[in-house]
Amino acid sequence: MSDLNLTPNFTNADDFYEYLLNAHEGLSKSDSDALNARLIILLANHIGDLDALKQAVDLAK
Amino acid sequence: MNKIFERSLYPYIRHPDQDKSEATHHTIAIIGAGPVGLAAAIDLTLRGIPVVIIDDNDKVSFGSRAICFAKRTLEICDRLGIGDQLVDKGIQWNLGKVFFNQRKVYEFNLLAEEGHQRPAFINLQQYYVEVYLFERLTTLKNKGGPVDIRGKTRVNKIHQNGKKVHLSLQTPEGSYQISADWVIACDGANSPSRQMLGQDFIGRVFEDNFLIADVTMEADFPTERWFWFDPPFNKGQSALLHKQPENVWRVDLQLGRDVDREEERKPENVIPRLKAMLGEDIIFELEWVSIYTFQCRRMERFLHNRVIFAGDSAHQVSPFGARGANSGIQDVDNLCWKLAEIVNGNAPEFFLESYNTERVYAADENIINSTRSTDFITPKSDVSRLFRDAVLELSADHAFARPLVNSGRLSVPSFYPASTYFSYDVEVLPSISRPGAACPDAIFDNGSFLLKNLGFDFTILAINVEEFFKTLETGPSIKFLSIKVTGNQNKSVKDRFLGDQSSAIYLIRPDQHIAGRWLKFDRQVITKAIDAALGR
Ligand SMILES: Cc1cc2nc3c(=O)[nH]c(=O)nc-3n(C[C@H](O)[C@H](O)[C@H](O)COP(=O)(O)OP(=O)(O)OC[C@H]3O[C@@H](n4cnc5c(N)ncnc54)[C@H](O)[C@@H]3O)c2cc1C
Repeated sequence: MSDLNLTPNFTNADDFYEYLLNAHEGLSKSDSDALNARLIILLANHIGDLDALKQAVDLAK
Repeated sequence: MNKIFERSLYPYIRHPDQDKSEATHHTIAIIGAGPVGLAAAIDLTLRGIPVVIIDDNDKVSFGSRAICFAKRTLEICDRLGIGDQLVDKGIQWNLGKVFFNQRKVYEFNLLAEEGHQRPAFINLQQYYVEVYLFERLTTLKNKGGPVDIRGKTRVNKIHQNGKKVHLSLQTPEGSYQISADWVIACDGANSPSRQMLGQDFIGRVFEDNFLIADVTMEADFPTERWFWFDPPFNKGQSALLHKQPENVWRVDLQLGRDVDREEERKPENVIPRLKAMLGEDIIFELEWVSIYTFQCRRMERFLHNRVIFAGDSAHQVSPFGARGANSGIQDVDNLCWKLAEIVNGNAPEFFLESYNTERVYAADENIINSTRSTDFITPKSDVSRLFRDAVLELSADHAFARPLVNSGRLSVPSFYPASTYFSYDVEVLPSISRPGAACPDAIFDNGSFLLKNLGFDFTILAINVEEFFKTLETGPSIKFLSIKVTGNQNKSVKDRFLGDQSSAIYLIRPDQHIAGRWLKFDRQVITKAIDAALGR
């Protein structure tokens, strides 16, 4: 089982944050929600490990 | 009339130029005696270059605008001769706390590593900084410095013609003309000079209004920067509390988008807001209240033939990050030695283009950082707020989310990008002192600091190098500074300039930015690097 990484791990947090919000620019609420959903699934696949993913879901609740 | 910002500092005095039939010609004219114009006048006067500084007012900046002055500004002010005054009067702070609603979610500590003379930041009212700059300039003038300050004199026309800039000046006693080889326009964010030259000022305009108040009170809040997102006393908005000298506190309260600015400014509306924040029984006095909206924008170029823009006239940022005055002082630091070398014939005129390249680069860095902070503080859409609040929520318990919390990314100097003015890097030396960097400070074992020992012009810093570098046949002047580092001797010099190498030579520009570095002494290579650093 692998632990969810909770130590700071961004190479550039500000760059990422801006990029993320720019992606939402001009979208309707439902389009934004759909973008977020796709993004979660993409990132979840990148993580892969079920234990880590479960920890993330539980933490976010 | 006892408030420092109500006093006339440089009243209008009739000048002999006004009674001549022809326009008097000057080497350099500076438009605007704000912090940036005053700093430029001092720097040029110290370099022996004659300047006339013109301001349409005769006082310091009204009330308080800038309060946070960064380490690099203090180091530049050391060079200008007022560093100790600023640090003695200012308040040092290291701790910043961020609250979300009622909870503290994040805390940062600016405590620098050992071996720096100046702290990361001090807080000091902008009017004190301006008074100290003005007094310093007056001292230089009284000692025979070639400077002339003209109060209540407004530049209302600029005309460039060949190698001359013509200025029309409006005074209480009518107008007159002067001309100059170079003009530095330091006339602030609304720069009339910029408008007279027909130049744009393009960027982001933020819609949220902020109430900025300076209050005098006896309070036992600590000397820390406190920033709130969505506090109970200002629901859905942000707030900031930061201490200044003499029991003055800066309060920023975000008001939102569509507000009646005139109404909000009235004491009967301001006081309840402040009481809600500071506590009902706190007794305070309002020193100054204003309502601002913020912009992040710049001119496309800072150099227009022989008119050079510096400070807020060239670029403007929101105050989160304290990058306004701090970057304006760095403009001056970058510009004045270059102008002096050009006036003295040590560098070609086109060398000034390096000012444009380097300071536009720095302005972009300041603009992007200030823009991101403002976006985080004033989310512009529902989804921005959603993510912002998620970050704040998570950051209370989890360190990983804290790098995303953005209540201001505080001013630090830029590493200027590689160009022909900088020599190729020797990458085995520490990255912090690579060409383009502002020279890091260090402490010698005898207790004195490196930056204080640098020359006013170029410096060659030789670490574990015996060879002596004689001055060049043609200017500029160069100071040779030789340092020994073995074992634990002069440790901060070793860490910041040597790493695991045994010797190094650094060429440091008059603005204390590193122009080149090598492992061994080579007279020819260094001579070439000096030429390159001057655009020759
Ligand atoms: C609320 C607030 C908080 C801030 N906090 C910080 C901070 O913490 N740290 C920081 O670094 N910066 C901060 N700033 C920014 C800082 O105040 C500015 O960057 C700084 O004042 C710019 O200096 P300047 O000399 O370029 O322009 P100014 O200070 O605007 O000076 C321009 C001068 O030009 C003169 N002038 C204008 N037109 C003419 C004319 N036609 N002829 C002659 N003279 C003329 C004016 O009278 C004035 O004296 C803050 C700003 C605000 C509003």
